[in-house]
Formats: sequence, C-alpha cells, structure tokens
Amino acid sequence: MAAALGLVAARAGKRTIVAEVARRGDVASAFDRGGAEPFSETELAPGLFHISIDPQDALEEYLRDQLPSGPVAEVLIRSRVFTMVAAATPGMRELLTVGKLWELAQLDRRTPGADAYDLVVVDAPATGHGVAVLSAPRTFAAAAGSGPVARQGTIIDAMLSDPKRTAVVAVAKAEELAVTETGQLREALLASMGLPLERVVANALEPDRFSPQEAKLLESHAGHPAVAGALSGHARARHQRAQLARLRRLTDGRTPARLPLHPGGPDLERLADELASQL
Amino acid sequence: MSGLADRLEGKRVCIVAGSGGVGKTTASAALALGMAAAGKRVAVVTIDPARRLADSLGLEELGNEPRQVDPALLEGHGIEMRGELWAMMLDPKATFDDLIVDLSPDASTREEVLGNRIYAQLSSAIAGSQEFSAVAKLYDISRSERFDVVVLDTPPSRNALDFLRAPDRLTDFFEGRALKLFLVPTGIAAKVMGRGTSVVFAILKRLTGVDLLDDVAGLFGALGGLIDGFRERAAAVKALLADPTTTFFIVTSPEREPVAEAIFFHGKLREARMPFGGLIVNRTVVLDAALGDPVAVRATLRDKLGDALAGKVAQSVADLQLLAARDVESIERLKVALDEPEPIVVPRLDGDVQDVDGLLALYRHLSGSSPGTA
Repeated sequence: MAAALGLVAARAGKRTIVAEVARRGDVASAFDRGGAEPFSETELAPGLFHISIDPQDALEEYLRDQLPSGPVAEVLIRSRVFTMVAAATPGMRELLTVGKLWELAQLDRRTPGADAYDLVVVDAPATGHGVAVLSAPRTFAAAAGSGPVARQGTIIDAMLSDPKRTAVVAVAKAEELAVTETGQLREALLASMGLPLERVVANALEPDRFSPQEAKLLESHAGHPAVAGALSGHARARHQRAQLARLRRLTDGRTPARLPLHPGGPDLERLADELASQL
Repeated sequence: MSGLADRLEGKRVCIVAGSGGVGKTTASAALALGMAAAGKRVAVVTIDPARRLADSLGLEELGNEPRQVDPALLEGHGIEMRGELWAMMLDPKATFDDLIVDLSPDASTREEVLGNRIYAQLSSAIAGSQEFSAVAKLYDISRSERFDVVVLDTPPSRNALDFLRAPDRLTDFFEGRALKLFLVPTGIAAKVMGRGTSVVFAILKRLTGVDLLDDVAGLFGALGGLIDGFRERAAAVKALLADPTTTFFIVTSPEREPVAEAIFFHGKLREARMPFGGLIVNRTVVLDAALGDPVAVRATLRDKLGDALAGKVAQSVADLQLLAARDVESIERLKVALDEPEPIVVPRLDGDVQDVDGLLALYRHLSGSSPGTA
C-alpha cells in the first residue's frame, strides 16, 4: 500500500520516496526489484524512489554528519563500545530511524548531493510499534532535557506532530482484529502525538454483489454448489459490511477509502489507480 | 502419523507464530480449547485478542495472570470439558516490571530501576519488549507447573525474528561492554578500555546532553545488580525454546506476504535448532469439485435465477477459482520450502471466529476430529 501511495504521488509529479523501516524489501519486491541496495535511495519508477532504513546505517550517517572530523567519526563507528551503548539505549533505534525519515523530508538535505523530495511515504511498522517510532523524538527530547539530542528531538517532533506536514494513513482489512487495531491506532496517535488519522483505507474487500432480494432468491437454490459458493461470498460480504461500519464508527465517522480484493494477486499500477480515484 | 494429537504428544509448550492477521490468536485459542477438552490443564497466553473472542471466553478484564475460562461458558456446545482452560492477555510493560522486581537482589535496586526517569519513559517503548515479555511470561507460567501445556500466541511482530532472538538480545545487552562500561568509574574504564573510551564519553556527552547520560548511566548502573539474574533467566528461556517438549506451529494465510514470512521464519527456526511442530494454512479457499466452470454455471442457472443473477453467480465462481488456484500454488510452495508434506489446511470461514462455536469449528478443522473425542 505504501508503494501504491508513492506511485500515486509520483504520477502526480511529486518527487517521492517510499521508506521502509524494517529492512524487508517489500516495496522493492512489489516493483520486482528484489534485493535492492539497503540504505541507498534507489529510483524504482520515474520520480519514485525507495530506501530501507536501518538504525545502524542511520547512526553512522548521523555521526559522519555531526562530527567535525571524519577520522573521529570513523573511530566512533568502529568502536564497539559506542555502537553497543547506542544499541542498548532504549528507544535509540526508533529515534535513529525517525531521524533519517526527518532528514529525507528536509528541503535542504544533509546528505551531500541529495535532492529534496516533495513527499516521503513511510511504510511504518505495525500499529503499536509504529506509534512508538513516531513518538520517539518527543520521548527522547523529554528524557534528555538539554543538549543536541533534545534539541533535534524537539525539531523532529515538531514536524511529525504537525498535521500540515505529517499525515498518518491507516490501512486495514475489514476484519475484527484489524478494525480494532485501527481504532487503537487512532487513540494512541491522538494521545501521544496529538495527530488525527488523515485517512483510513479498507483493503482487500470482497465484492458485495448481491442485493437482499437476490440473496433470497439464491437461498432457494442453495443446493447448487455454485449458488452455495455465491451465498458464502455473500455472508462474508455482509460480515465485511458490519466491520466497515465499525471501522467508520471508530475513526470519527469518516468513510474509509475502499479497495477491492484482487483474486489474481495485487497489481501495483492498478492499486495506485484505485487509490488515486478515492483520495 | 501427522495428526494434530501426534504433533502435540508430550509437548508442554506450544508456540504459535506467523504474520499479523492470519488468525494466530484464534488458532491458539482453538488449540488450547481442544487440548483442554481432551483433559489437559491448558493456559493460553495472548496479546490483545479480538474483543468479542475475549468476551465470549469471559475475559473482559485485562489481567497479567492466567484466569480460568468458566467451564459453564463452554458447556452446551456439544463438548465435554475434561481438563481446564485458562487464558491471559499479556501486558508487556507489567511483565517487564515484574521481571525487574523478580530479579532485583534488593529493594533499593528495584526502586532505583523502576523509578529511573529513562526506564519509566522508555521501558514500554523498547523495541522487542513485547517479544521479550512474551517469552519471559511463557517461562514463568511453564515453570509454575500449574499447567500441563502453555500455548503462546506470539506478538504481532513484522519481524518474527525478534521473538527468537529475545533471550540472546538480552544476554548480549547484559554481557555487552556497554553495560560494563557504566559499571566502572570512568577513570578506570578509560585505563582498561583504552583512550578510545574517553573520546566516546566526551562525544556521547556532546551529542546527548549530560542529563540524559546521567540517567542512562544511573539506569545501567542499577541494572548492573540484575546482571546475573538476567543472564540466568535468558539462558533458561533459551533452553526452554529449544526444548524437545516445546513445539512451534507456524500459521499463515495463503496470501503472498504471510507465506513469504512463514518460509522466512521456518528457516530461522531451523537455523536456531528450535523444534518445528507443524504448518497451519488458514483461510484457504478450497474449491468444491462440483462447482463447474463459470460459463456452464451461468447456462445452468439462467432459467432459475434469470441471466443477470446467474451471471453474477458465475462471476463469483470465477473469483473463487482464481483464489483457489492461488491457494493451491501457495500450499505447494510452502510444502517444498518447509519440507512439510502434510500441512494442516483450514478452509476460509464466512466470518471472523469470535465465539466458542467458532473455536470449536476451527479446532475440528485443525484436528480432523471433534474436541474431547480422542
């Protein structure tokens, strides 16, 4: 979904980067570019870039950028003590990840020779951890009190918690658990970041083909295997409708964007078409 | 040979792993219910199950200890409950706090850790803390001997590896030089570790601010008193995960990403020499052989339903065939990749499993028999 959203933006002429934060290469594989270089900005389609953010790489980049002397940075990077301290400090991985996201979103990039992006799409971790990542700068700024980390945490948090600059899109299937988690995500975002959910996308919806009258007629022929199959689909669609209503209730009564299930497998271009028509 | 009962024979810990959204929680609950019906004392540990499923088991309160599911709730569903079913919802933060309390050598250490600003603010946000808490709780419960079997529904992690690595990560942390560094005065540390260390400290100070460093040092210093306890606990947990009485079930749906994740996880399981118990392919579209092809369906049903409706039915048959073909392909891929000739295939149901009847139906699909009938 993040890749499709990125594609929508790129088609609209925005220079866009899709950032993954769990080093899995999902986005690259959606574009049939398995094994894309991690932690480098790779162009997947015109105007659409990809990066996989690893906290260790982000730390190294940060140190090279922050320290006046290259050799000192190299000493630090190679110092096991330092990397252990960084890795062992709770929340540091999240902070480094989100720091790199912030860097990608800057008009004046720190990365030498890098151009600005109009949009950074983040393929965030699952609900609970996702909020922890987003709120890491705020948590750190509060914990650090003073010093560069606190200062930078405050700056990063200002961007992430500003609804004009940061939008959170929740993607959910119309299933009990996914809908519940989306409701929790909404609450957690508001509580920890003061951010609303910008948009909710209901994904992989099964077709809701039959009217109540049609279903009734089908029921009188339920002995036919094809009709039984159709009725079973109808039951799922009805269940799905109830979950969609719940989803709407849990997210401020707003109608989610609805994307159909593709029995033949997802096709990114098509997904982007469908998404674009509803955003 | 590969029936569910055989797979579970002699097992005391059953860990259910897989991507989020594939039905792990319901599969865990169904497995636990089935074993309890067969006469075992079973505890199922889960994180944040679907609300109505929890309600149907009478678990509306979130407690961090197992609670017995009222047998009355299970009666009248056509099963005989010969054992006991217990369930709990894991509270990761409380579990981690409990662990600190448990391992602290004295009250002052305990207070120092729990009261530390950094610990208070960040312990709930530690990456992988859910994973670690889950295994820590698993260990506690399995050690208590109150249960014959513990079923663990693993946290919905995108990276299932965090779970397997949890004990190692903790050991690394406590055996790491980072912690040791904070345990000795800077002057001595500098002598022992060489001049690089003082540079490290100076730069850390510059980057993070003194406040933070003091708090981190304070936390690490206090945690120092827990090192031995943590190390022993991590080793014990690791041994438990690899024990022959432990088994891992991998649950997946036939969709592309969960399948990839299942294959990946199985590989890691094998690497770590942890016991793989079986593969559950949930939500599989199984084609009724009598379905016929869409064109014929439309022709046959035209008279009864009218052409338009017959056409819609034919369209749903065509969709089913595509999905079923995808699922057959996924299962074949899984069989080869996991070297598992007989995965447990559970057909897709028409709605979410959210009550006792749903769990029983799921168990029948998992086991090929009704609960309580051996």
